[in-house]
Amino acid sequence: MNNSKTTQNRRSFLKASLLSGGGMMLSVSWLSSFKPADKMQALNLPEQWTQLNGYIQITADNGVKLLCPNPEFGQNVMTSLPMIVAEELDVDWKNVVVEMGPYDNTKLGPQFTGGSNSIRMYWKPLREAGAAARHLLREAAAQTWKVPVGEVTTQAGVLLHSSGKSAKYGEMAGKAATLAVPKDLKLKAPRDFAIVRKSKKNVEGQKIVTGKPLFGLDYRADGMLIAMIQHPPAFGLKLKSFDAAQALKMPGIKAIFSLKLYEDGFEQGGFDTRTFNDLLVVVGKTTWEVMNARKKLLAQWEPIGDTKDTMAGRGGKREVVVPGGLESTSAQLEKMQAYAQKPAQQLRKDGDPETAFKNAAQVIERTYNAPFLAHNCMEPMNFFAHVTDEKALLVGPLQAPGWIEPTLSKILNLPADKIDIQMTRMGGGFGRRAYGHYLTEAALISRHAKAPIKLIYTREDDMTYGIYRPMYTATYRAALDANKNLIGFHVIGGGIPEHAIHANRFPAGAVENYLAEGWQIPSNITIGAFRAPRSNFNAAAEQSFLDEVAEAMGKDPIAFRLELLKRAKENPVGKNNEYDPDRYAGVLTLVRDKSGWNKPGNEKYHRGVAAYFCHNSYAAHVVDMVTRDGQPYVDRVFSAMDCGIVVNPDAATNMVQGAVVDGIGNALYGALTHKNGAAEQSNFHTYRIIRHNEAPKQIEVHFVENDLDPTGLGEPPFPPVFGAVANALYKNKGKRFYNQPFQPEMDKRI
Amino acid sequence: MVETSVICIPFLPNVNKTFANAHPVWKGVRVVRQRLVFRKPSGTSPLNSYLNEVIPTAVATYNLKINGKIRRVDTDPATPMLWVLRDHLDLQGTKYGCGIAQCGACTVHLNGTAVRSCQLPVSAVGSQPVTTIEGLSAKGDHPVQKAWLEHDVAQCGYCQAGQIMSAASLLKTNPNPSDADIDASMSGNICRCGTYLRIKEAIKSVARK
Repeated sequence: MNNSKTTQNRRSFLKASLLSGGGMMLSVSWLSSFKPADKMQALNLPEQWTQLNGYIQITADNGVKLLCPNPEFGQNVMTSLPMIVAEELDVDWKNVVVEMGPYDNTKLGPQFTGGSNSIRMYWKPLREAGAAARHLLREAAAQTWKVPVGEVTTQAGVLLHSSGKSAKYGEMAGKAATLAVPKDLKLKAPRDFAIVRKSKKNVEGQKIVTGKPLFGLDYRADGMLIAMIQHPPAFGLKLKSFDAAQALKMPGIKAIFSLKLYEDGFEQGGFDTRTFNDLLVVVGKTTWEVMNARKKLLAQWEPIGDTKDTMAGRGGKREVVVPGGLESTSAQLEKMQAYAQKPAQQLRKDGDPETAFKNAAQVIERTYNAPFLAHNCMEPMNFFAHVTDEKALLVGPLQAPGWIEPTLSKILNLPADKIDIQMTRMGGGFGRRAYGHYLTEAALISRHAKAPIKLIYTREDDMTYGIYRPMYTATYRAALDANKNLIGFHVIGGGIPEHAIHANRFPAGAVENYLAEGWQIPSNITIGAFRAPRSNFNAAAEQSFLDEVAEAMGKDPIAFRLELLKRAKENPVGKNNEYDPDRYAGVLTLVRDKSGWNKPGNEKYHRGVAAYFCHNSYAAHVVDMVTRDGQPYVDRVFSAMDCGIVVNPDAATNMVQGAVVDGIGNALYGALTHKNGAAEQSNFHTYRIIRHNEAPKQIEVHFVENDLDPTGLGEPPFPPVFGAVANALYKNKGKRFYNQPFQPEMDKRI
Repeated sequence: MVETSVICIPFLPNVNKTFANAHPVWKGVRVVRQRLVFRKPSGTSPLNSYLNEVIPTAVATYNLKINGKIRRVDTDPATPMLWVLRDHLDLQGTKYGCGIAQCGACTVHLNGTAVRSCQLPVSAVGSQPVTTIEGLSAKGDHPVQKAWLEHDVAQCGYCQAGQIMSAASLLKTNPNPSDADIDASMSGNICRCGTYLRIKEAIKSVARK
């Protein structure tokens, strides 16, 4: 048993109350359980958490309702988070009903989906919430039966005593709701888990397969109108004037107007990113009518020129210049090449890399490029808003309501308690829905139109006015001595508008002389988090480069990585190395063994391996490629993961399989390019997404078994797929590919 | 307006030039490329960039056979069934994903065959029965739905209604499909979460039964 203590005044945080039906509603707050995350990666997460309450409702007939605090976008938290509560509460999973919780940071904690943080953040608080409720129920039974509480045990929702007395939780819930909170909580030892680590089906599975209205786009309200925004046709343009006469005559159209999203000088938070500030809006009765009317708008656009965004920051506001101009991918690539020659910002230096490279017998230097990527969530951006002078109701798909509420409160001039944000299931997120500008847009449109409206982005809107994965480049250099030992490592990374370098990640710590540098080029094309931000490029470039270095050294790629990790463990170079060499090596050896690496029987495959650490978990893949109809396809994949305790194994496996497919698709096909500021891809006929026939036939997922507190899984398996695909492709084609996506690169060379 | 018993795909100039045709997207669905009512983009507006314009004509009345019931709809004849279902009939199970028959999220059955409802004008339906995900089975226990639950296929779940409708249509005409048959029929349905492997396993499990 693990003892769990909290330092807060429990009385003020635990509130149990009677339900009208005679059951118990327990809301437990566990402020101290929320360790501010050790080190936040990738997303600019808030530094302080608010308190968390786990909501548990037990009815008289032993029904258990658990509220899921975090929004669901396919990572399965609506199932896995309640499993954690149910484990410590000790109830029969069959009797558990799960509901999406309301947005209430004061009761349900941080409530954001992102950074692979849901399970990691809520693990301890939810266990404590379950354990506290169980204790109160035992206490109630002990008092009723007049026996010491220590003698009352539980079994799947039933309280038991050795005298033969027993009661359902529901029978004691009313009394439990009146009791004081325990001082110490005993949490289960992992070996006693009965729900966690046992696969549970998606709690919304039946609703999904029967087409129930779960998503934001499905939400309807009485009198609801549909709204669409006509954005400028290119980044770098803004609305000059418009003529709505024709469009207004179209059937079903109620209003056409323009709005400013943020007033001048508005202090934007880190997640207030938006593509355009001037919104030309069409409001009408039905989606089809609004779509058609929008085409009748006559609008004139003009160059926006350099503009300034005011950003709110911890050290006060600051001005950020957004350059004007109509950007094109070809020019951006040239610009990146030029920047790569300039001095860059030093991010980390160990030893004397300059001398190492000067004395090297051989220097390997390779440059990698990757394009902007659009998230392409299957459910396009949308939000319902009904805003009046007194209050605001907002319903839709959103990863982080807590990051948008302060913005809304300022813009609508309404106190937070008059703003009700309800989270629907999301049709994908991938980081895109951490940026809630479309919610703010919907709110402003509703207020202006004086009607409940749903703002809908068409697929074209969604793809061409995105908050993209940045465009990246990196040049890697390795110095080998005469005996082919790796004596120096140098990476210089750049990007539009940010570089991707994580300077303290592997192989930092494993090479005596190491230098990491970065530079960035500002742009008016909007960027943001995309599944495993930055890592999704690093793992492609670095893991592909290490493969080439291993080959030059005459070493097996897995053995070479394990040697470096051994060095990092036994005699680490430098400080602040972010990874645990043992766990990193653990996934590599697991994938080596499970895939039969270097073992006979795999001759028909072109094999590539890669491993990476990000978002607190470790991932390694072996990708087996074959040639079909003259094209390389990934036929089979072996994956090894270390994310600590695996809460819901089958769903976790699904997540890794999906990340593998997503990685293969983006590595081979994913690209968003621009010409004169306009996206060259607008829908799935020009933006290629991996399809059934291109997906692997087999993806075997293995987890390292340990009792470490769980970490996330949405992002970590994704980045190394790119590297493994690149390395397999080299075996398949006999040459290396350095520019993503690889498929057009291959086609070009044929 | 031409009435047809199969899906209408408007001419999208880019489609023929890009990868889309290189993929077996269309194989599982009977497709006729049919011109809707089009005219040249008007004026000099830069907004007419994506699609050809559809001219709304006078509202007409349709008595549609949806999930076994006659439903009356008054709308412009060019309205795609996708929006008739979602906006007029409050059947939200059929999803909007792309609007150009490239993603399959809007798949419904017309006369028992999978079609993309985003490219099926209401005026083309006539008396042919339309089945949506809500009407695939009375109790949500169609063999394909059960297989989806058994394999815990869904991640975000948004595309799955379309995937299920495509799979049910495939299995009806080909009860024992090969991997290649499944690829050919299902490749028009995109899943951004990457659940393809489980979809394939689920389809095969139905075939085995």
